[in-house]
Amino acid sequence: MDIPYTVEVRRDTGLTNGKIGIWLFLASEVMLFGALFASYILIRTGAADWPRGDTILNVPLATFNTIVLITSSVTMVMAWASLMRNQFGKFRLYMGSTVLLGGVFLVVKYFEYSHKFHEGLLPSSNNFLAIYFTLTGLHMLHVIGGMTVNAYFLGPGAKQWKTNPTWFANRVEHSGLFWHFVDLVWIFLFPTLYLL
Amino acid sequence: MSEHAASAPGHDAADIDRHVKVYITVFVTLMVLTIVTVAISRFHLPVPMAIAVAMLVATIKGSLVACYFMHLISEKKLIYAVLGLTVAFFIALLFLPILTVHNGYWMRG
Repeated sequence: MDIPYTVEVRRDTGLTNGKIGIWLFLASEVMLFGALFASYILIRTGAADWPRGDTILNVPLATFNTIVLITSSVTMVMAWASLMRNQFGKFRLYMGSTVLLGGVFLVVKYFEYSHKFHEGLLPSSNNFLAIYFTLTGLHMLHVIGGMTVNAYFLGPGAKQWKTNPTWFANRVEHSGLFWHFVDLVWIFLFPTLYLL
Repeated sequence: MSEHAASAPGHDAADIDRHVKVYITVFVTLMVLTIVTVAISRFHLPVPMAIAVAMLVATIKGSLVACYFMHLISEKKLIYAVLGLTVAFFIALLFLPILTVHNGYWMRG
């Protein structure tokens, strides 16, 4: 049996099922990160003193990573736009760049983390580092998840372009919505953890 | 873009071209605002003001991503309804820690 409403929109919602599905998922993600942001506020306001992020963390590296993630959001949306223009070659180029930029983000984060560990700065060291590692760690898992799905659409999943191009374009759009959300979360994490 | 959902890829190319121009503009704006965020932090403003400015810039950046990259500027009503509900619960969640003020006075009821 075929999955319903993958290409045609439902009359009652005006949307494909995939579109409403990904937005409901993102709504739950907002609550997940929201809970941790609330924890951050609680811990920070309850602390006698709180370190400025830039006294502990590497701001230039994080600024670089912010630029990397924003760029990957643009390449992601360009990958979808390429499909809408029937330019599959460009789609592969942009999607490949998106996955690659996700990889760059993770490598930079690896260096940041390992540098902290070498200095003996662990999640157990203090509340600042505990919430830093929790928030950035969870965000990193999302980057890995997004990269996995994007890599699938770049690799084996791309076969669908020949059999059902509209469905494929819709799936890439939905995967893009998740990727932009990951970018959006970082846009808030960066100043919160590194600059304030 | 939900209006593309029912159409085959490759259609309304002029529309997509317009979108691409917007994406590039948003990209440049996001880059500039990232530099602005870092530059402002160098001024070592008083903490409340630093938080307010940083969150304001982050909100502008986040809105640009949501409106243009995630196409929220032209989405269907149902998505807005879902997000409206999410925003309400998100705000409630952020204010939840206030309940712990006064050593949990409110919690004890």
